[in-house]
Amino acid sequence: MVFAELFFTFLKIGLFTFGGGYSMVALIEDEVVSRHSWMTAQEFTDILAVSQMTPGPIGINTATYAGYTAVVGQGLPQWQGVIGALIASLAVVLLPVVLILVVSHLLSRHSQSAAVVAMFRVLRLTVVGLIAAAALQLLTVESFGTPGLNLRFGLSVAIFVAVLVLSLRRKVGPIALILASGVIGIIVYGLA
Amino acid sequence: MVKYCDLFYIFFKIGTFTIGGGYAMLPLMEREVVDRRGWLSREEFLDQVALSQAMPGVFAVNMAAVVGNRLRGLWGSVAAIVGNILMPIVFILLLAVALRQVRTIAVVDHFFMGVRPAVVALIAAPVFSMARTAHIGWRNCWLPVAAALLIWLLGVSPVAVIAVAAAAGFVVGKIQNRKK
Repeated sequence: MVFAELFFTFLKIGLFTFGGGYSMVALIEDEVVSRHSWMTAQEFTDILAVSQMTPGPIGINTATYAGYTAVVGQGLPQWQGVIGALIASLAVVLLPVVLILVVSHLLSRHSQSAAVVAMFRVLRLTVVGLIAAAALQLLTVESFGTPGLNLRFGLSVAIFVAVLVLSLRRKVGPIALILASGVIGIIVYGLA
Repeated sequence: MVKYCDLFYIFFKIGTFTIGGGYAMLPLMEREVVDRRGWLSREEFLDQVALSQAMPGVFAVNMAAVVGNRLRGLWGSVAAIVGNILMPIVFILLLAVALRQVRTIAVVDHFFMGVRPAVVALIAAPVFSMARTAHIGWRNCWLPVAAALLIWLLGVSPVAVIAVAAAAGFVVGKIQNRKK
């Protein structure tokens, strides 16, 4: 039953996401692509593109789109895909919200214990590795083309390097970078 | 007393018009909640930010939950959360349905062929910027590197990696504390 599986999968993803939307991307990828095979790495990359270009929290956008794609990908009708999207979005925020409301009642500002502080220091370091793994797992032949001296692979590597440098050094926004890469794709692959 | 509909409206506006994820919403939330409406003092607001960052989950939704709860209790947080995620979910669903129809058109295909390497780069970029803010150096870089390799090469679940890291950090913190 794909709906129950979606619910519990995204419940788990929500509970273990520390450090924002990008670490959630790592967890979602591991679950929906590697473990459940609800979609290909290529489809997942397309979802990420859309999630970053539309308004809203990246984690919610990715969960919504992944829930929809997982259901429709099984050959089920679109309205059930909408239900899958709602289940995934709800499940991903359910446990964190319950947890944070409980903790905000318990926690007075001064009761931060040394052990909890140490735990979050380790988690902040670990999350960086998690995101690196997500990026490494997306380096696929489907997304970059077959390695070698060909147009597809060459252009892909050029776009990858350019976007990395422009976003880190020049702080260019993700929408501009995604749109520009898409237009380059349309022009180059359209002419080739 | 703050009205439910005002809470809903503020978070609805921020959720509907902010592109770039939860952290892009933060300055807008601060402006509305602290500067314009005076619902919370700046210090109170920053406490909510720290809590939302420390806890698991979607950052923007955590913020909506704690700010809503602070102002109007449980239903306040529900109003803020629903406001925050309503339109993003609608947008994504419309796009997902539309994209399925146009998927096979050559122009759309070419667009995504160009976009995919860019998206991978955008996922890789925060690794470098976060490495700086998390103060990663030669002494502690083994931890993120080990985490990445375990997941990437050995197929260990990120959930397991996070759980072990949290437990280990907690225990080490307890031991260090006892030595003092």
